[in-house]
Amino acid sequence: MHNKLSSPELKKKIKNLSGSKGMSAFTAALLAIVLGLIFGFIIMIVASPENSLSGFGMVLLGGFSRLGDVFYFATPILMTGLAVGFAFKMGLFNIGAAGQYTMGMFCALYVGFMWDLPVGVHWVACIVAGMLGGMIWGFVPGILKATMNVNEVITSIMFNYIGMYLVDMWIQDNATMYVSAKTRTNYLPQSAQIPSLGVANSNVNVSIIIAIVIAIILYIVLNKTTFGYELKATGYNKNASTYAGMNQKRNIILTMVIAGGMAGLGGAFAILAPSTIAGSSMTYEPISVIAANGFTGIAVALLGASNPVGIIFSAVFISYIQRGGTLATMFGYKPEIIDIVIAVIIYFSAFAILMQSTLAKSLRKFTRGKVKESNANANNANAGPAVVDKKKEEV
Amino acid sequence: MENYIIEMLHITKEFPGIIANDDITLRLKKGEIHALLGENGAGKSTLMSVLFGLHQPEKGEIRKNGEVIKINSPKDANDLGIGMVHQHFKLVEIFTVLENIILGVEPSKMGFLQKKEAREKVISLSEKYGLQVDPDALIEKISVGMQQRVEILKMLYRDNEILIFDEPTAVLTPQEIDELMEIMRGFAKEGKSILFITHKLNEIMSVADRCSVLRKGKYIGTVEIKDTNKEELSHMMVGRNVNFNVDKIELEPGKVVLNVKDVTVASQRGKKNSVKNVSFQVRAGEIVCLAGIEGNGQTELVSVITGLEKVNKGEILLGDENITKESIRNRSKSGMSHIPEDRHKHGLVLDYSLEENMVLQRYWQPEFENHGFIKRKEMREYCEKLSAQYDVRSGQGPLTAARNMSGGNQQKAILAREIDKEHKLLIAVQPTRGLDVGAIEFIHKQLVATRDAGKAVLLVSLELDEVMGVSDRILVMYEGEIVGEFNSKEVTAQELGLYMSGAKRNNAKENVYA
Repeated sequence: MHNKLSSPELKKKIKNLSGSKGMSAFTAALLAIVLGLIFGFIIMIVASPENSLSGFGMVLLGGFSRLGDVFYFATPILMTGLAVGFAFKMGLFNIGAAGQYTMGMFCALYVGFMWDLPVGVHWVACIVAGMLGGMIWGFVPGILKATMNVNEVITSIMFNYIGMYLVDMWIQDNATMYVSAKTRTNYLPQSAQIPSLGVANSNVNVSIIIAIVIAIILYIVLNKTTFGYELKATGYNKNASTYAGMNQKRNIILTMVIAGGMAGLGGAFAILAPSTIAGSSMTYEPISVIAANGFTGIAVALLGASNPVGIIFSAVFISYIQRGGTLATMFGYKPEIIDIVIAVIIYFSAFAILMQSTLAKSLRKFTRGKVKESNANANNANAGPAVVDKKKEEV
Repeated sequence: MENYIIEMLHITKEFPGIIANDDITLRLKKGEIHALLGENGAGKSTLMSVLFGLHQPEKGEIRKNGEVIKINSPKDANDLGIGMVHQHFKLVEIFTVLENIILGVEPSKMGFLQKKEAREKVISLSEKYGLQVDPDALIEKISVGMQQRVEILKMLYRDNEILIFDEPTAVLTPQEIDELMEIMRGFAKEGKSILFITHKLNEIMSVADRCSVLRKGKYIGTVEIKDTNKEELSHMMVGRNVNFNVDKIELEPGKVVLNVKDVTVASQRGKKNSVKNVSFQVRAGEIVCLAGIEGNGQTELVSVITGLEKVNKGEILLGDENITKESIRNRSKSGMSHIPEDRHKHGLVLDYSLEENMVLQRYWQPEFENHGFIKRKEMREYCEKLSAQYDVRSGQGPLTAARNMSGGNQQKAILAREIDKEHKLLIAVQPTRGLDVGAIEFIHKQLVATRDAGKAVLLVSLELDEVMGVSDRILVMYEGEIVGEFNSKEVTAQELGLYMSGAKRNNAKENVYA
C-alpha cells in the first residue's frame, strides 16, 4: 500500500503545521504528554512489573468509565489554571492561586451557611461571594507589586499561608459552620449547592459549564479587547508598554484581581458541588494544608500554554489521568505510587511544554531542505529596504 | 596561485524561512585588510559566525592555507588563530582589564593563577601595538574606546593571526576611529590578516586593501580598493545609486515647540548627575541634533523629555504646556512622537504582529477601539496603508511577527507609526543605528520632510555624518552638559570631535539659542 502523501508533501504539511504558533504549542503539548506517559509507565514498571501493563492501561483508559467525575474534578483546576495562566500572559507569576482558592471557598461557605436566601439565588450568591473572596486575595499582591514593586511570587506565596490559616481559624471559631467532633465543616443547605447535571454517581454540576464559558470569555478579553492588548503587550515587553503610555499599575492590579477571582471561583465551585448522597454536601477540613488544586493550576496553565481555551483541555486531561490513576489502585498499586505516577505525568508534561520552541525547531529542521523554494520566496519578501525602486535597480 | 590564509568556498547557510548565505565565497589574503561590505541582513554577520564556529554551514567548505578545516565552536576558531571583536563587546564589567584579557586562557600553576606572567605579556603587547590600557582598571570604569582596545588585546593575547572586526567604529569618536585605522594598518604590516565588517564607505576607502560585497545573502563581488570609489561600492551594496547628500531647503524656524529649562537628572548609579542644568529649545521647522559620544547624558535627557524617567530639577514645556510631570500617554496626546533609541526594548513588542505594533500609540483612539474591543479590520487597513506609504516590507504583511522583520523594516515601521501620529514634536534617537545605506537615506528624507511640514525635530545621534548632514543646529553634550552649539553648515567634523571628547568647550549658557 502506498501512503497517501509522498514524503516531501508530508514534510511540507508538517512544516506548515509547525509554522503556525498555535499548532506548534499543540504539537509540543502532545509530545510532552507522550513523554510524561512514558515516564509514568517506567515508574509503574519499577514499582510492580507484573501489574504494570494492566495498571497503566487503567491510567490511560480508566477515565472513560468515570466521565462525569472527570469533568467534576476538572472544574476547580480549570479555574486555578485560568488564574495562573491569565496572570502569566501579563508576565506575572501568580503562585498564590491556592490562597485565592481557599479564600474563595471560605466566602462561598460563609454565604452558604450564614445567609438565608431563596432557592435558585442562594448558590449564585455563594459563587459571587467566592469570586470576591479570591479577588481580594489577588488584589493585595497586585497592589503591592504595582505601587512598591514587591515581587508577586513572594507575596502570593505568603498569602497562601495567611489565607489558609485565617480560613482554618475562622471556620473553627464558627459554630454554625464547623462540626468540631468530626473536624470538618457542616453540611451545606441544599439551596447553596450548585445544580447537578444529573449524571449518575457523579458530582458533576453546572459549574463546569460556567467554567468553560468563563474560559472563553477570558479568551475573548485577551484577544479582542484593548485591555487584552495592553495586558499581553506588558507581558511580552514591559518597556515597550511603558513607552506606549499604558497604565501598568492599573493593569497589574486588574490582572491580579481577575486572576484571584478565577481561583476564588474554583474554590467556590469545589465546595458548592452537590453531593450524590441526599442530605449531605462537600465539606472542608481545616487541617492546615495548602489547597493542592492551587498548585495543580500551575501545571494546567503550563500544559495549556496559558491560553484559556488550551487550559480547558489541559484541565480535562489532567483530571482524566487522575481518575484513571485512582482506578489503577485496583491492581495493587499503593495510592502513593499512583500519586507519584500522576505527578510525574502532569509535571513532566507541563515541564516539557517549556521546551516547546525546541521541539518546534527540531520539527522544522526535519522538514528543512524540502521546502527550499517557499523559503526563497519568503526570503525575497523579507529582503528589506534595499530595492526601493525596481527600475533603478536594473539600470 | 595566490597566498590565501582563509578561504570560505561556496558557503550556504539557511535559517527557517531565509537563506542567509547563498553560495558565498570569500578569500582572505595573508597580511591584507579585507573589508566585508553589505547592508543589514545581507548576511555579513552570518558569514562571520560561520567562520567563528557559531553556525555550521549547510554547504561549502572553509580552508586555511589551502587545507580544509572544520570549525565547530569559537574554541576551534581560536585554536586556528581566528579572533573576533564583536560589535557588542563581550567583557565582564566587574573584572579588570587584565582579568578580561586572560579570561578562558588563564595561565596557572597547580590551580593558582599566574597573573604576573600574563601582565607582562599584556603590557608588552600593548606597547608593541600602541594600545595603551591600564591593566588594573575595571571595565565598567573605562571608556568604550578603551573597552575596544581590551577586546583587541584579547585577540593578540591569544596569538590570533586572523582578526575579525565587526562594525568596530560605531561607538568611537572621529579621533578614536583614526587611531583604530592606524592600529589596523600596523597589524597588516605585521602580517596579520584582517576582516573588517562595516557599512561605512569612508572607512573602507581609507584603510582596506580589498572589499567583498554581499547583498541579500548573495555574493556580489570582490574589488581592489585602489581601483574603485565610494559610488561603485554603494552601488554594489544596494543595487542602485545612492544619494549621500541630504537635500534640504532653507527654512526659517517658527515658534518654540520644545523648551527645556535647567533640567537636571540624577544618575541611576553613583552620585554624579547624568544631566546637569541643561537648557535648550527646539522650534517648529528645524532639526536640532544632540551630538555626543554614547553615555554623555543624551539618553537620560531624552528619557525625561519623553517621560520614561522623572526630572529631578527643571521644567519641560511642549508648546505652551508644562509637561514636566505629565504621564507618557498625556505627552503623546499633547503632540510628542518618539522614535526610541532601542527599537527592541522600547519601540516594538517583538512578539506582536506588525499591525499590532503599528497601533501601539493609538490603539485606544476611537479609530481603533469600540467599547473596549479592538477594531481588527481598521487596524489591518491602517497597517496596510502605512506599510505602503513608508515602504515597510514584511514576509506575511500585517500579520508578520515584528521579530521576524529585518532591522531596517522594523525601524521604518516605528518611523511610520510616529510620523503618522498627530504630532508637533518628533524625537528621534539614533534612528539609523545599525541600518544600511538604503534605509538610512530613506529615514533621513523622512526626518527632513517632517521638518519641512513645520514640525520640530529633536535628533539624537552618534554618527557624525548624520549629525552634520541632517540637522540645522547641533548641540554637543559632554558629561551631562551642553558644551557647544553650532550651525551645522559652519562646523567641521574634527571641530565637533574635539567638543565631543571634552577637549574643547565654550560656555554653554551664552550660546543657548535666544
